[in-house]
Amino acid sequence: MEPIFAILVGALFTVAIYLFLSKHIIRILMGAAILGNAVNLLIFTAGRVTREVPPIISGDANALTEAAANPLPQALILTAIVISFSFFAFLLVLGYRAFQELGTDNSDEMRLAEPVGEPAPPTGY
Amino acid sequence: MAVNSEALQDFSVVYTMHSVAAADWLIIAPVVWCILIGAVLLMLRKRTDVQPLIAIPALGILVLMTLGLLAHVVQNGTLTMTMGRWLPPFGISFTVDLLGAFFAATSALVALGAGIYGRSDVDDTGRRYGFYPFLMLIMAGILGAFLTGDIFNLYVWFEVLLISSFGLLVLGSERKQLDGAVKYAFLNLIATTLFLVATGYLYGLFGTLNMADIAIKAAELRGTAPLMTLVTLYLLAFAMKAAAFPVNFWLPASYHTPRLVVSALFAGLLTKVGIYALLRILGMLFPFEREELSLLIAIAAALTMVLGVIGALAQNDIRRSLGFLVISGIGVMMAGMALGSPVGLSGAILYAAHSMVVMTALYFAAGLAARLGGSFELTTAGGLYTKNALLAGMTLMLFLSVAGLPPFSGLWPKIMLVKASLDVGAWWLAGSILVTGFLTTITVGRIWVLAYWRPSPGEETGEVVPVSLPIGACVALSGLVAITVAAGVWPEPLIALAQDAARGLIDPSAYVLSVFPVEASQ
Repeated sequence: MEPIFAILVGALFTVAIYLFLSKHIIRILMGAAILGNAVNLLIFTAGRVTREVPPIISGDANALTEAAANPLPQALILTAIVISFSFFAFLLVLGYRAFQELGTDNSDEMRLAEPVGEPAPPTGY
Repeated sequence: MAVNSEALQDFSVVYTMHSVAAADWLIIAPVVWCILIGAVLLMLRKRTDVQPLIAIPALGILVLMTLGLLAHVVQNGTLTMTMGRWLPPFGISFTVDLLGAFFAATSALVALGAGIYGRSDVDDTGRRYGFYPFLMLIMAGILGAFLTGDIFNLYVWFEVLLISSFGLLVLGSERKQLDGAVKYAFLNLIATTLFLVATGYLYGLFGTLNMADIAIKAAELRGTAPLMTLVTLYLLAFAMKAAAFPVNFWLPASYHTPRLVVSALFAGLLTKVGIYALLRILGMLFPFEREELSLLIAIAAALTMVLGVIGALAQNDIRRSLGFLVISGIGVMMAGMALGSPVGLSGAILYAAHSMVVMTALYFAAGLAARLGGSFELTTAGGLYTKNALLAGMTLMLFLSVAGLPPFSGLWPKIMLVKASLDVGAWWLAGSILVTGFLTTITVGRIWVLAYWRPSPGEETGEVVPVSLPIGACVALSGLVAITVAAGVWPEPLIALAQDAARGLIDPSAYVLSVFPVEASQ
């Protein structure tokens, strides 16, 4: 199971990075959503993908047996999912507001904060 | 662990610790306080007149708490508090050493300044958008990052401060702000995602997230595990957060767009959290990998500082010029990171604290100057000295301080860093620190001559119309100026503090001992 997931994580990272290279905010947004999922899947896979053995430590052992899935990565991605979801919601609104205000979703044309051809500072007075 | 093999024992007792002493609650108090006050202010969102009256005293109490924590750590050494009293590494630990306490106290001082300055800078609209709640929450994130002893928890605090910084950045939702915020938000999101990837790998390799535990286990795993990959990922993620070249382009695109007090707070604190994380993870947890990467870090540092100041030299807008100076300062701190010697690291720590205070104060000064002269543009500014000689004088002190000239606080860390570079024969690194200082002097000197010294361009030599400046903003500015002057003329205690903090990074045994007192005594 893990090798398939590893390949899937790699594919998701590729797609996300490809989308990040675009100039359009909407594609970058989709890239951000896919990247978040790729990372969560990565951590989930790293904690072993199995459900046959419950993650309970027996009384005479100090660590989980190798066969059981580690529950901690699952707890970590629960946190990460919440965070990436809220970020995605914020970015979605931000991207939409920027599109409304600036009239473009092409990042090359978003030059309001850094205008092209700003005057050089004076060289003397 | 302290678990013995006797059958039938109560694990809920074995795996918990005794509760901490009352004074040790100071470890967690600053973060809890910020979240609590932030929640109260959120409830009072529409009472824009009451908000500063609550927030400013609360920030004052925060300063006292962090100073108390610093004094406690200076006296008693590194402190640890583990959540839920679970035996570390099972519980999430907050571990405060000198570095964390020093940065926490400095950032609380800067936040108090921002709270006072914000009273006159942020109008009712901005307050309704939640300036003060966001200020408290961003402080919760920053202080949490400085005080935590758990890597995943560090990630969570990074996210807390990031989402609050988004809120502060788009306060008022003006067109320019939205433009800057888009770039800031996406690039910072990518950086924190890289941080999360690295943390996932780290847990896979180490099976622990507790920093002290990692410091113990790193030595055994060094031969077998791909630690270099991990550390390089961390380096990229934190360098992006700290705005080091070549991943710094989000900073000049966004830092001049929000309200001035927000720019000041970001310039003072946000990039330094990235530097702190670099110091903690590369400097303390993975010193061998840092050593391997030191040439790369040093080249990035030299390019960051020189290209940063060249960028500052080319700007017409004073705020954008200051944004590039923030980047240049990051380069100087990275140089200390690259050197890794006690002198180099303590120079980086001292420079970070100096930069927190001075960069914030510089933005404050620029804001007051714009209020007097009506413009941030160098082409149109002028005559500020005739309008307010006191402000001009304070700005000149800050300019000299950021350029690293005596007798202000920028001088000492630069001396330490130049000495540390020459000690290892890295003359080019020492040279780029000095060239950066020289170019910074030209940049700020030109700003002062054009905006302050020369007579106003359009104006005839008629009467000067007095413009009154808000008292609170002036008090905040003069407080920060007083700190940089005091730290410049009386640097010994701070240098000693930074050296102790650097020693704690190089030899983390005190840090480990504080988290695992039982194991160490066996």
